[in-house]
Amino acid sequence: MQVVDLAETKLRALNARLHSLSANTNETVWRVENPDGQHALAVGLDAPITVEIAGHAGYYCASMNMQATVIVEGNAGVGVAENMMSGMVHVKGDASQSAGATAHGGLLVIDGSASARCGISMKGVDIVVKGSIGPMSAFMAQAGNLVVLGDAGDALGDSIYEARLYVRGEVKSLGADCVEKEMRDEHRVELRKLLDAAGLGETVQVDAFRRYGSARSLYNFHVDNAAAY
Amino acid sequence: MCGIVGLFLKDPALEPRLGSMLAGMLEVMSDRGPDSAGFAVYGQGRPDRLKLTVRGGRLEEVVNALGGEVESRLRDTHLVLSLPSAEEHRVRGWLATERPDLVVTGAGERIEIYKDVGLPAAVARRFDLAGMAGTHGVGHTRMATESAVTVDGAHPFSTGADQCLVHNGSLSNHRSLRRVLEPAGMAFASDNDSEVAAAYLSVKLREGATLSEALEAGLKDFDGFFTFVMGTRDGFAVLRDPVSCKPAVMAETNRYVAFGSEYRALVDLPGIEDALVFEPEPARVYAWERH
Repeated sequence: MQVVDLAETKLRALNARLHSLSANTNETVWRVENPDGQHALAVGLDAPITVEIAGHAGYYCASMNMQATVIVEGNAGVGVAENMMSGMVHVKGDASQSAGATAHGGLLVIDGSASARCGISMKGVDIVVKGSIGPMSAFMAQAGNLVVLGDAGDALGDSIYEARLYVRGEVKSLGADCVEKEMRDEHRVELRKLLDAAGLGETVQVDAFRRYGSARSLYNFHVDNAAAY
Repeated sequence: MCGIVGLFLKDPALEPRLGSMLAGMLEVMSDRGPDSAGFAVYGQGRPDRLKLTVRGGRLEEVVNALGGEVESRLRDTHLVLSLPSAEEHRVRGWLATERPDLVVTGAGERIEIYKDVGLPAAVARRFDLAGMAGTHGVGHTRMATESAVTVDGAHPFSTGADQCLVHNGSLSNHRSLRRVLEPAGMAFASDNDSEVAAAYLSVKLREGATLSEALEAGLKDFDGFFTFVMGTRDGFAVLRDPVSCKPAVMAETNRYVAFGSEYRALVDLPGIEDALVFEPEPARVYAWERH
């Protein structure tokens, strides 16, 4: 295991070392000590490695991730896994705003709760939050799945496109054009896969969830709305 | 942008270290606000005496000229006067007529307020923040965007005895709030929107609201973006707007409650590794009072 202590090593030096790794590197496990809430930790990775962050992370941790597994042992700041393309990001504490924003792929697992705008403009990522999510989550979400074991705040899925939202707890309110939808077998299979991928066994039952998605009424201009512009 | 920090001690054993803890937090927030800095510290006080923090030049002359039982402590460009409460009218009158060049930045039984332009670490050093003791304090680092880099635009703003407010954000209805507050007897030292928020909360407190109730009322009347940290003689509170536009992180242990715009500001606090670290929810008032 490679250990990098950020009390001694500059963050840029760490990120440069991680960026220099090739696809067949033998240095596959990294541990980052004393992260102390620094921003841009382990961003832009593109190698099949595991990076453990031994504490709280600042803004945009593991953003633009490809292939790598990044584990944050504490809380993550704004925009964790923003624009992730593939790989996995696991936050063991809470995540701040805009977790998984604009992410195209991969899996983001948050053991605690995520605050406002979780999954904003998500484009294919799978997000599993074991706690609750804040207001305006999945705003303009385009593709992917957002699974929430706890509650969702106000205006869930406002102006949503084709992402699927699964919530086990209460939804405080739905945003414009977001509606509850029927849970069919294909959704149960998909949700089971996501829960398993997040390490949640049979104690979490798919039938306890409700599904939300787009009513698709904002897709086309409607003349009755002309006065609203 | 701007950075704000706050620290409210529960454990009296930490009180001698309040200033050094707050100074460390303030310095880390330099990246968010390198133009000016300010802080309020709630130190020792006596119920029969009033502290006035005065900012300006030729401060050495002030105490002799005032006479009476006025004591003072000079810290760089600020002078903290301690006077019998009964002398407040006379001293304020003298300052207004004889030394209109001076600005009273804060008044109360326990509050002291310092602010200046420059890097936060330098400002903290100039006033020896690290050497100050107290029960709670708040600080602000400013990145000027809407108005010039001047001391007048620096936080905290104090518009009532032992009250202070630091604000990250901007209010859009401060002009209209001001038109309501001026007839209610509030005078303003600047055109700053944050000062209007402070005055609004002072009026609510004067009308009998608790700290929590005052901030709840603000939630209805403030239009704009805000993360506020407010101090009163015995209280400490945090409020974010419903959209949670500006960042905030809090840490609580059985020894203190700490606030930072970013977690980085809290890293050096004692026992932080075991603290409950959380993001305050939007539109929810968090308040602590000393008993």
